[in-house]
Amino acid sequence: MSDVFENGAGGAGNGSEPLLVVEHLKKYFPVKRGVLIDRTVDHVKAVDDVSFEIYPGETLGLVGESGSGKSTTGYCVLQLLKPTSGSVRFLGQDLTKMSRSELRQMRREMQIVFQDPYASLNPRMTVGDIVSEALAINGIGDRRSRRRSAERLLEVVGFNPDFINRYPHEFSGGQRQRIGVARALALNPRLIVCDEPVSALDVSIQAQILNLLKDLQREFNLTYLFIAHDLAVVRTMSDRIAVMNRGKIVEVGDAEDVYQNPTDQYTKALLAAVPVPDPRKMRVRREERRKLKGALAEPV
Amino acid sequence: MALLEVDDLKTYFKTREGEVHAVDGVSFSLERGKTLGIVGESGCGKSVTALSIMGLVPGPGRVVSGSVVFDGRSMLDRKQRELEDIRGRDIGMIFQDPMTSLNPTLTIGTQITETLRRHLKLNRDAARKRATELLEEVHIPNAAGRLDDYPHRYSGGMRQRVMIAIALACNPKLLIADEPTTALDVTVQAGVLDLLRELRAEHDMAMVIITHDMGVVAETADDIVVMYAGQIVEHATTLDLFDTPEHPYTEALLAALPQLEGENVREGRLVSIPGRPPDLLAPPLACRFAPRCQYAGHDDCAGVLPALREIRPGHWVRSAHPASERAAHAVGAR
Repeated sequence: MSDVFENGAGGAGNGSEPLLVVEHLKKYFPVKRGVLIDRTVDHVKAVDDVSFEIYPGETLGLVGESGSGKSTTGYCVLQLLKPTSGSVRFLGQDLTKMSRSELRQMRREMQIVFQDPYASLNPRMTVGDIVSEALAINGIGDRRSRRRSAERLLEVVGFNPDFINRYPHEFSGGQRQRIGVARALALNPRLIVCDEPVSALDVSIQAQILNLLKDLQREFNLTYLFIAHDLAVVRTMSDRIAVMNRGKIVEVGDAEDVYQNPTDQYTKALLAAVPVPDPRKMRVRREERRKLKGALAEPV
Repeated sequence: MALLEVDDLKTYFKTREGEVHAVDGVSFSLERGKTLGIVGESGCGKSVTALSIMGLVPGPGRVVSGSVVFDGRSMLDRKQRELEDIRGRDIGMIFQDPMTSLNPTLTIGTQITETLRRHLKLNRDAARKRATELLEEVHIPNAAGRLDDYPHRYSGGMRQRVMIAIALACNPKLLIADEPTTALDVTVQAGVLDLLRELRAEHDMAMVIITHDMGVVAETADDIVVMYAGQIVEHATTLDLFDTPEHPYTEALLAALPQLEGENVREGRLVSIPGRPPDLLAPPLACRFAPRCQYAGHDDCAGVLPALREIRPGHWVRSAHPASERAAHAVGAR
């Protein structure tokens, strides 16, 4: 464990064992037709043969446009969706072959932060109950100790623990996302899948949450699978980045390499499409975009 | 004389708790053929400003004071019927969500020709012909063949192109685009922004583009207005605003943006703005950004509302501590 700590956010290729190994992951959704008897006529290949690994303390950014399969990949890693085929090895064990009870044990080590802080918190539970629910489900501690844990967790994420008895609707998007992060931390997991954690937030609040995630990673040696569509956000969070398009990873590498010397045509087009807050670069970027137009076929 | 002149516009919403000052004294003008970008975060009043210009403020909101002069005539004291004549003909509109702003039960062709027949009194055949041309103009492949399709057969980017086609149908003098690309993927967004720029030049049309995205205004606008808590806090040309932002809020907003390029982004922290915007039910009679501003002093910030003043030609700022004055002060102190 100390080895892991020292390597910290250094990430890939430092000799340590990967925490998560995903191999040939596929998730096909059937397309059904028929009135009385459903026939499967086709499949939507949401995730189509995806492989990657994540090392302890590292952040792997998974970036792509809507429908690229990035969120589905995240759900399949956590077994929230059952993969069609392929393996997900976490801490050396294949999650796809586990029973429900084994998975439940494993889920203590892997958690998720969702995109929409309005929809992902139960409006009828207090902040304290939301944060400590995982402890209760796993039978950890008694009521009083769980409450103390919830207070401590809220403090860690910068949420005033005095508000522990209030309900989610009383808080802004940024504050709610802090509650969501505290909930993910409750069982002291190793891996957190962050699924578009800031895309519903304003810029100034987004920066607060991204900084928080960075701080927590350092403090608790967390490993992130960071899923987002915003290329700049992914860049600021990730050691390595995988670019997804139509269910496949088209490029993966060190964050700086992928952004500065992209090799894949789609990655290039994606990077060129981002409107950069610098009017002086506009002409060059527009020219670049024109050249890469062929790499993007707009779906009809 | 400018095409659009907005002066001291105030739009309030009456609620049970009191009046929400959604737009609180907004003034700007827009010349023919130019593009003005309005940027700000959620709740800053940018969309309500646009709705006020068009006379589309939903109840319980209403324009309580100020003036909006479009093409030499006031927009605020007109009858509903007159406004309907102007909207769609002289002022085109595009809204954020291309999934909901088209009627799913009508064909694309019907929705475009509706505008043409209402405003230009074209007959059925002429309207259809013109609709095909419009779809071609916004680069919809096989335009004539797709006129009879329903919206669900179009992708998000194509629907937004259709919205643009409808907005341009009558050659408006002004196009108001409220978050036109927010719901779109980044590669699709780039195409729509390029299209808007191209059409703006062709039709010599002025545009107000409203967005939360600093990158989008950098790409499209000639001038930029930054809004915060219902007021304009900075107004400058696009180059001047990005080169030398003056208001501490604008500076912080730019600094808070994650960068696509640069070194040590992974190790570094983003500059975040502590706190939240003020409650617009009872906005403080002081600088509205002061509680979050790192330069806020004691009396000059908490006591009076700073005026929007011209700090240098064409650059307006509402702050007691704009960047250039802080710099001058620092030099003077040395």
